[in-house]
Order: sequence, then C-alpha cells, then structure tokens
Amino acid sequence: MLRLNVILLLIAVVCALGAITSQHRARKLFQALEGEQERARQLDVEYGQLQLELSTWATHPRIEQIARERLHMLVPDPVGRPMPPRAALARAREGAR
Amino acid sequence: MTPKRRGHRFTESPLLELALQGWRSRMVGLLLMGAFLVLVLRGFYLQVINNDFLQEKGDSRYLRDIEVSASRGRIADRNGDLLAVSTPMKSIWAIPADARAMSSAQKQQLASLLEMGVREVDSRLASDKTFVFVKRQVPPETADRIAALKLPGVHQEKEYRRYYPTADMTAHIVGFTGVDDKGLEGVELAFQNALLGRPGSRTVIRDRRGNIVEDVGAMRPPLDGKEIRLALDSKIQYIAYSQLKAAIAEHKAKAGGIVIVDTRSGEVLALANWPTYNPNNRQNLSGAQLRNRAVTDTFEPGSTMKPFTAALALEKGKFRYDSIINCAPGKMTIGTATISDSHPHGALTVAQVIQKSSNIGASKMALSFPPREMWEMFDALGFGQLPQLGFPGEVTGRLRPWKNWRPIEQATMSYGHGISVSLIQMARAYTVFARDGDLIPLSLLRSNEPRVHGVPVFSAQTAREVRAMLELAAGPEGTAPKARVSGYRIGGKTGTAHKLEAGNYANKYVASFVGIAPISEPRLVVAVMIDEPSGGRHYGGDVAGPVFSQVMGASLRTLGVVPDAPVQQMAAVARSGAL
Repeated sequence: MLRLNVILLLIAVVCALGAITSQHRARKLFQALEGEQERARQLDVEYGQLQLELSTWATHPRIEQIARERLHMLVPDPVGRPMPPRAALARAREGAR
Repeated sequence: MTPKRRGHRFTESPLLELALQGWRSRMVGLLLMGAFLVLVLRGFYLQVINNDFLQEKGDSRYLRDIEVSASRGRIADRNGDLLAVSTPMKSIWAIPADARAMSSAQKQQLASLLEMGVREVDSRLASDKTFVFVKRQVPPETADRIAALKLPGVHQEKEYRRYYPTADMTAHIVGFTGVDDKGLEGVELAFQNALLGRPGSRTVIRDRRGNIVEDVGAMRPPLDGKEIRLALDSKIQYIAYSQLKAAIAEHKAKAGGIVIVDTRSGEVLALANWPTYNPNNRQNLSGAQLRNRAVTDTFEPGSTMKPFTAALALEKGKFRYDSIINCAPGKMTIGTATISDSHPHGALTVAQVIQKSSNIGASKMALSFPPREMWEMFDALGFGQLPQLGFPGEVTGRLRPWKNWRPIEQATMSYGHGISVSLIQMARAYTVFARDGDLIPLSLLRSNEPRVHGVPVFSAQTAREVRAMLELAAGPEGTAPKARVSGYRIGGKTGTAHKLEAGNYANKYVASFVGIAPISEPRLVVAVMIDEPSGGRHYGGDVAGPVFSQVMGASLRTLGVVPDAPVQQMAAVARSGAL
C-alpha cells in the first residue's frame, strides 16, 4: 500500500514538473513569436517609410528639374523630332576634335 | 487523599492541585476544530463561490490590455502613386512633478535630442498639470535614444504623422489632417470615415521584464483604414499645375484654377489651383491659399456660356447651323441697357457667332426663346446645383429663378453674365458637347468602367454641330488660335468676363478657356480660369488659351490618344509657334 502511494506521489510530481516545463517552453516560444511579429511590424513601418521616400524622390517636379538641368533634356519639337540638346552637341563636337 | 486522577496534574502542590474535567480539553479541541472549519468555509467561499474579486486583483498584477494601433488609409492616384501616407512617430510627454527629478545634464541631453532650447523644455515642465507634451511627432529613432536615457517622468506615446509627397501640387484635392488623424480639408475630410483606422486590443500576460509571454482571451484585430484611389493622374496633374503656375506668373494674375475631366468616365484627372500651400508644413497659411477655387469659388463665366445658348437655339429648331443673324452695328439696346461687341460684326451665321464670340448674336438667339426654356437648360446642365462630388465646400453657383428674369438679364445670361458658376461645373457642362449631348456625374474616385449613359440634355446632332462651332472658335479665324494643339483637332471657347465688385463691373477680368479634344472622338475636357490677369493682356484667348494648349497637348500624349489632325495642321501650328 505504502509503495503504491509513493509511486503515485512520484508520478504526480513528475507530471507537475512536466506541466511547468511545457508551460515555460510555450511562453518562450510565444516570446519568440512575439519578437518576430514585432520585427514584421517594424519592417512594415520601414517599408512604408521607404515607399514614402521613393515617392518623394520620384515626384514629377524633381524628375523634370533633373531632366532639364542635369541631363540637359528637351521636349521634342511639334512635329516630333527630338531636338538634340545643346550640351550633347557641344560634347560631340569636342569629341570630334 | 487519593482523588481519582482525572486530567493532568499541573503542579506538585496539593493546594493548587485542581482536577481538570475531561470536557474542558474536548471543548478546546472542538473550538479549534470549529475555527478551522470556518477558515475552510471562508477559503471555499473565496476560491470557489465568490472568486471574481481576487481573480481580478490577481490579473491586475500581471495581465495587461494593450492597444494595437491601426494606421490611416493611404491616398493614391489612379496609377497607385502615393499622395498621402501615414508613418509612425512618437510623442514625448512628461509628468512634470516626476520630471523635476531630472538633473540639469539630463535636461540638456533631452533638449538637444529634441532640438529644443533647455529653457523651452523647462517652461513645458513648469506646468502644474499632471500631463504635458514635451514634443509631438518626434521621429522614432530620436524617441528610441530618449528612451535609452531613462529619464524620470518622461514617457512616450505612439502616434502617426501624415506625409504628402506631392506637396503643393495636389494640396487642394488631397487636403490634410490635423494632429489626431482627423481630416480637415479635401479628400482627407470627405472620406474621413473610410480612411480612419480602428485600433484593436489584446489582453496579454507580461513577465517581470515587460515581455509578453502569453495571449489571454480573444484579440480584437486592428482595422487599418482603407486606401483611397483617386481618379487623379499625378502626371497630368503635374502638367496642369506647372502650366497654370507659369501662366499666373507670366500674366501677374491673382489666382487661377484648372480642371481636367475624362469625358468617357466623368473622372476628374486633374484639379489644380493657385495660390496653393504645402500640406507638409502648414505654418502661416492664409485663407486664399487654402481655398480650392475650382470647386468653392464661383465666377461669372462670360463667353464660355455662349455655346450652350447656341446649342439650345439649334435644339429648339429656332436656328440652324448656318442661319444668319444680323449683328450690325455692334450695339444693341434692350430696355434701358445697351450691350455691345468688343469688335463690331456684320451679319454672322450661328457658327460664326460662336467663332467670333458675338454678344449681340448670342443675345438675339437667347431672346427668341422663353426664359423658362433657358432656365431648364441651365438647370439640366447642373448650373445652380451642387456638383455632387462629395467634396467639402462645394457651391451651387447662382442661377436665379426664371420667373423674374428681365429681357436684358436673359440676354446677358446668354453670354455668361448675371449667372455664376464654379470651374468644375463649367468643365462638367462641357462634357455634354464632348459626349453625344448627355451629362454624366463627375467622380473624384477612380472608376473602372466608362459610363455609357448620362442624362440627355441635347440631341447627338446638336452636340456634333456645337463641336464643329467650337473647333472653328479655336481655329485660326476664331478667338483663340493660341489654344491649338499640334497633332490634335481641338475645340473650345474663350471667356473674358468683367469682375463684379460691389455690384458694379470693375475693370478687372476673369480670363477663361474651356475646350475639348480630340474633336473626332473627344476624350478630355480642360477648363482653365485665370483671375485678374494684369500683365497687359486679359483676353481669354491670350491668357488661358496657351495654358489649354500646353496642358491638353501634354495630357493627350500622356494618355496615348491617337492624333487626329491632318499633317498640314501640325505644320501650321508648329510654324505659328503656338506650341
């Protein structure tokens, strides 16, 4: 009788410890999940910020300004011939020389 | 004496020896048992029957409700280019009583991170409230560095900041929000409910270090605001905005507006005004900058109204395309008032009345029908009614009831005086000529299918004839040769109206041009209005015409519309230097 009681007690203790361990592990895993979700959220925020940055860099006024001033591009003439930019012509002449 | 020993002996002294009766010890035993039972019952009561209170106390030690924030919906143009985006920021707030414990070195650090003066920080903290904002809308990286300082009494809160990448270009149509994500102007206000996100919440267990270790109970997921897709095309919007701005600078005008409508779907492809503002930095804003003139301001349109008069004349069968009207000698007296043409004309056909923009010709047509018929046409075209865009601050314009029109008023209305409209109403009304005489509602939002049926106002035949007149008006012999577009056949009407100031017509003008293109299969209506040009020229054809030409040409090319003009026209336009 006594032996049976001791065995049952041991089983109970082992089960209790098992429950504690699995709970602990569940929480650890949950924390890891939480961390990853937080990272996903942060990446999402960063994505939004990058999109914003992209659209700020790609506004039409900026594109036109760069096209005209830095790349010396011109609007084609009414009949559709692209008018060669003066700077490019000058450079071509330089090269020929 | 040998008394029967009962109970215990507590002393050796016979004098003090008392025999304790057995019931007494049993009594104590029972009392203790009873007390124990009370404890057990109490325990049972607290643990099983009435456990809410303690459960709650326990939960409050480790359970936390946290809010899961939702972001405001984005606003994008028809191609998905962003016009308004929210990005998370932090606000730094403090409990002044606790924050006084900060050392001056810490205060220095805080102030330099926030880019504020130490004195400014001090003055914020001097408040005797329990909550003060030190600074709002702080970038998250800065906020993290402040958090790392672990300052006493200084806390952070997540919030959002709205950015407008296209800034002043789309300011009037997109509008802006206040600090608490509340739409204050434009689409931000009109679609506030759809854009607004609903924050969710979840209940969690936190450990000693503040980490979340378990989710308890159901989570209410956050609902992000919906993305609004506008009908706007940011490329066309940019063309319209930059051309309008350039024209206003060139003609030293006070203000101006431009509206571009897709005649197939009724979508508003561009809507720009000047003066405007930068919604990202709204300091020193004036009311004039904020006004979305194209929608909220009305003006007397002037001659741009004449095609409607002509259309009604054709529709009622009173006149034909080539009926002759005598406009000599350039003056006409109705009642006590005299109206005149800017250049005297002789006999003109109906088409020529539009082409040369004769006030007298238009008046003679108008006086041939009863006021009610004219009023009904204006009403059917949407004048005197809200444009129903859902835009804040829309106006109806002014169209007086026909019962008290005097003949002179009816005459002046035929060429756009004594009636006031907004630019967007004008653009919408012109879709009647671009389509086959039916009127469709305008839409700020992108709609995918073209609207096949509108409300018929004129017959298809009338619409076609008026289109031909409009093409003449914008031709080399018309009032707006500068409105021509290389590669496309266009039609349109100029308007040069005196401004009404304190009941009198002042020597100030509103120059406008409304036109459609390509004439063979109309796709766009462009309406341009320039307020008080004072650079020497004030005629619609000189001031608004070139803007129309540039904007219409570039927009049609952007949309990939096939050119419909014969080659000679291209060469002619190119030679005249209209482009």
